[in-house]
Amino acid sequence: MTTSAPTSSAAEPSAPATRTPSPRRPRRPGASALVRYGFLAPAALYLAAFFGYPIVKNFVMSFQEYTSATFFSGLAPFVGLDNYVTVLSDPIFLKALGNTALFTIGSIVGQFVIGMALALFFRRSFPLSGFLRSVLLLPWLLPMIVSAAVWRWILEQDSGILNRALETIGLISTPIPWLTSADTALVAVIMVNIWLGIPFNVVLLYSGLQAIPTELYEAAEIDGATGWTSFRYVTLPLLRPVVSVVLLLGVIYTIKVLDLILGLTGGGPANATQTVATRSYEMSFVEFEFGQGAALGNVLIVIALVFSIVYLRANARSTAKG
Amino acid sequence: MSDQLRTSADHSPVPGFRPRRRSVGAAALALPGLLGLAACGGSGDAASGDPGTVRVVDYYNTPADDTVIQDTLEAVGTEVGVSISREKVPGDQLIQKVLQMSSSKTLPDLLMLDNPDLQEIAKSGALAPLEDLGIDTSGFTQEILDAGTYEGKVYGLAPTVNTIALFCNTALLKEAGVEAPTTWDELKETAAALTKDDTYGIAFSAIATYEGTWQFLPFMWSNGGDETDLATEQVAGAGQLWADLVAEGSASKAVVNWGQGDVIDQFKAGKAAMAVNGPWNISGLQSDAPDLEWEVVTIPVPTEGADSVAPLGGEVWTIPQTGDTEKQKKVAELLQKFVSPENQLAMGAARSTIPASTEAAATFGKEHPELATFVEQVSTARARTAKLGPEWPTTAKAIYTANQQILVDGAAPEQAFADAADSLG
Repeated sequence: MTTSAPTSSAAEPSAPATRTPSPRRPRRPGASALVRYGFLAPAALYLAAFFGYPIVKNFVMSFQEYTSATFFSGLAPFVGLDNYVTVLSDPIFLKALGNTALFTIGSIVGQFVIGMALALFFRRSFPLSGFLRSVLLLPWLLPMIVSAAVWRWILEQDSGILNRALETIGLISTPIPWLTSADTALVAVIMVNIWLGIPFNVVLLYSGLQAIPTELYEAAEIDGATGWTSFRYVTLPLLRPVVSVVLLLGVIYTIKVLDLILGLTGGGPANATQTVATRSYEMSFVEFEFGQGAALGNVLIVIALVFSIVYLRANARSTAKG
Repeated sequence: MSDQLRTSADHSPVPGFRPRRRSVGAAALALPGLLGLAACGGSGDAASGDPGTVRVVDYYNTPADDTVIQDTLEAVGTEVGVSISREKVPGDQLIQKVLQMSSSKTLPDLLMLDNPDLQEIAKSGALAPLEDLGIDTSGFTQEILDAGTYEGKVYGLAPTVNTIALFCNTALLKEAGVEAPTTWDELKETAAALTKDDTYGIAFSAIATYEGTWQFLPFMWSNGGDETDLATEQVAGAGQLWADLVAEGSASKAVVNWGQGDVIDQFKAGKAAMAVNGPWNISGLQSDAPDLEWEVVTIPVPTEGADSVAPLGGEVWTIPQTGDTEKQKKVAELLQKFVSPENQLAMGAARSTIPASTEAAATFGKEHPELATFVEQVSTARARTAKLGPEWPTTAKAIYTANQQILVDGAAPEQAFADAADSLG
């Protein structure tokens, strides 16, 4: 190690900070490593305690019969795969799975399209554009339960302001039962989630757009690409890293949305807005079958994990291809 | 940061710290860890408490409830010679709090539970049977004791109870020229007559939670239905009543999403001429809508002369197994005095609920005529967990799920309740 140092320093005069130490001062391998690990330790401990332990405990709990009695007696007999069987053969499971898929796809498509449109719109600066961009952040800043409560009020069938407005404008003649009809409840919940997710998308996509140099647009214009073609051939490819982050985070986050649905419809009416997350919550905290709730929670984790692996691999492959 | 890199003779930076800085760094890292451990160690002692303090946990957060419970507990505490340390939790978090306390062995000395939850907690072995601690339960009706009973032993006593009845907007009734209904046919006619413009004839809660089941029970029980067998025509008949009221437009379709608080809000705003609700909302009704003239009648029955059977609500007070038998006996003494008839009258008056012991209830009915109907309804009320015990919550869920299917999906009541009975196995 020490003999190769002078040659490497001669070879890389422009990077003095990365060269190995001079032979006069031998390194003590343990000491600086100890300090490095010392700095890592609090973060690692925190991760292990607040992320690692719950995941492990959840995994173990899904194989046990864990009910409210367990809290007092401490007994949680091992039941093998029984919880998984119960959960997967639950009549509501398929419906919840379908709702989760519809909810996620609908929310992400809506959020992304509207977010992208707004980000493109704000590329030009006009009077009050800075102010408007900050106001756009409001849905993201409000606590989810507060938003759910207000939207529940807005979407009220008879006296909610949305129906009243639509009736006054003349778009509908009878009030739409947004949250009380099985057909429209999921649509209403997706609408509210889109509203909630727009700021996140706008902020990230806008900063991604800022990073694209304007010379490229000018160069493309010379070649005759304007408007839609410049968006398709210049903006989108350069925005790909940001888009993949936004979509990945969006999907992972939307799959597990709980408080919005609980606040708006509680999973009803008649399980029309029941998702895997809400069902898992219901099993654990309403029916006190923690083992089954944990099993369903693990199913959700696996779904999210599979999605992220597939997506990241597809992303890696396409960036490798250039 | 700049002098962390020590330069060698040729002024090129050398990674690594000087020993002095390294030990300072290590010490700086260790300090938060030690502080954390110190903090963890200190908090454990508070749970064991001192023998002269009784720890109480309940969910009475509204000012009216909070003040009277606090005052009564303190007065009784002074009589018995203990001081009270009370912790209030939000209503929907009580059970989670109880489970946390169970697992950390920090259950309080006196615990309040909503009566349908008592079975679950008693089953886990966390509560002490009250008669073993020398509590006298005479003076309470069998139904009220049933609400606090698990496997034949009384674990909880309720000083006051409540139930639901039919609130009627007298001004709107007079305007439409109808009387308060007593039978189901009258209910349907009256509700239809009262529905005009944006006012619905009746409002009730059919939400997909235990509240929805609670509101359904008087109709189910009055029709002869029983919670042990849902696939009967009596239960389906009650479901049909609700379906008819919504189908005819006398009740809003939004009832499937309304809790009891939403129902009384509709009544206060004049959007519902009749509302199925309980006495706990009366003080809110009086303060928010002082000009509203209302009366309360018992819930209509299917045929003339049948009994109107409503569900028994109210919270029970229990004594958890803390392992300290001396303290438990002291708390039992406290509880016995807490549920004395005089205290029941005071709490009932402040909280608009009905005293549990029979003579106190009769006195109460005379002193508070506006609650007289509730006194009457309570005298025939039934505990939800009397027959099913800890299995009640699954049946309750099956009932509200069936009602949701009937009112939202338009399922036939017979089919919906047959499915519900199947799901219970």
